[in-house]
Amino acid sequence: MKANIRKIVTFLEETRTEMGKPVDPPTRRAAAVAVIENPFAGRYVEDLTELMEIGEELGSLLTERAVAALGIPGANAESYGKAAAVGENGELEHAAAILHPKLGTPVRKTLGKGAALIPSSKKRGGPGVPLDIPLGHKDAAFVRSHFDGMEIRVNDAPRDNEILVAIAVTDSGRPLPRIGGLNKTQIKGEDGLR
Amino acid sequence: MPEVKVRKRVILVEEVFHEGGPAASVPLRRAAALAVIHNPFAGKYVQEISGFMEDLNPLGLDMAKALVAALGGDAKVVEGYGKGAIIGQAGELEHGALWHVPGGYAMREILGNAKAIVASSKKVGGPGTRLDVPITHINASYVRSHFDAMEVGIPDAPKADEMLLALVMTTGSRIHARVGGLKASEIKGEDGLR
Repeated sequence: MKANIRKIVTFLEETRTEMGKPVDPPTRRAAAVAVIENPFAGRYVEDLTELMEIGEELGSLLTERAVAALGIPGANAESYGKAAAVGENGELEHAAAILHPKLGTPVRKTLGKGAALIPSSKKRGGPGVPLDIPLGHKDAAFVRSHFDGMEIRVNDAPRDNEILVAIAVTDSGRPLPRIGGLNKTQIKGEDGLR
Repeated sequence: MPEVKVRKRVILVEEVFHEGGPAASVPLRRAAALAVIHNPFAGKYVQEISGFMEDLNPLGLDMAKALVAALGGDAKVVEGYGKGAIIGQAGELEHGALWHVPGGYAMREILGNAKAIVASSKKVGGPGTRLDVPITHINASYVRSHFDAMEVGIPDAPKADEMLLALVMTTGSRIHARVGGLKASEIKGEDGLR
């Protein structure tokens, strides 16, 4: 492991009713979060390769944790998202290095497919900062019922020299979706959009 | 008494490897089970509420089982516990007190012979309110290495007419415990205190 991981946190959320109306089957989403040391905290470093490699490791580790929390085969995942929060001695670019170049491939490998872009968000903040992980259908970004977001936070992270890295996976869309648009039964899943 | 209506359940698992010191040979795990339920007494003063405690027993048992499962399935690994409640703004603090008996009963039932009082906290709050759930050793309240707390919360709960109920279990001491006092290895385990 390249990453010095201080802690890993998993969240599993299951919604059973909304406005008194049953959600059946319940919608479920999971997030796995790693709190890692930022090897470049406090200084400007031009070459961010090390963080890109950490992203690749975490792509696999966190996706496996999230899928395990859901208790489903990876191929049954429906939507996904990723996000990172950098502690105050780091740069937004450090989050970008983890999230964008290499993290996606192992995520898709664990989930079987994943034709769609993995929606992402990033920020800099202190311990306990909330992170909203955007969610979209993994094979067709335009599936309207699966546009969503999951808020997570870890009260003692990120410390100033740390980065909090999160991957969210669901087995469903929003509870009681009813605003039309493309639905999951209509997906072609070829171009990642529809 | 009224039926227990669950809107949402959340499981949160933390695996702590280190906190800047030497990495532990066995990582500490802390897990929280949260349930968001309708508060049947919201919006009015109801004198007779205590019957609801018994109605909460099955939910408590279910949450305690889910916690043991989240920690790997063996109740023997559990060394610390705690409980808490956040009451939505149309309810009273006293409604949160309804959780003391069923929450404690449920964990003792699942953990076997746990002797110590289950530490607890409660408050009234809106959606996203955070609660620090206190944690102590399951057999001897004075074990200093196991004094801990876990922050929990759910962005969209509790609504005004809801209650968020929490149970917490941990597998060991604080990750770098070193402030002396009674050790887990020294407890007599008779009075629940030492």
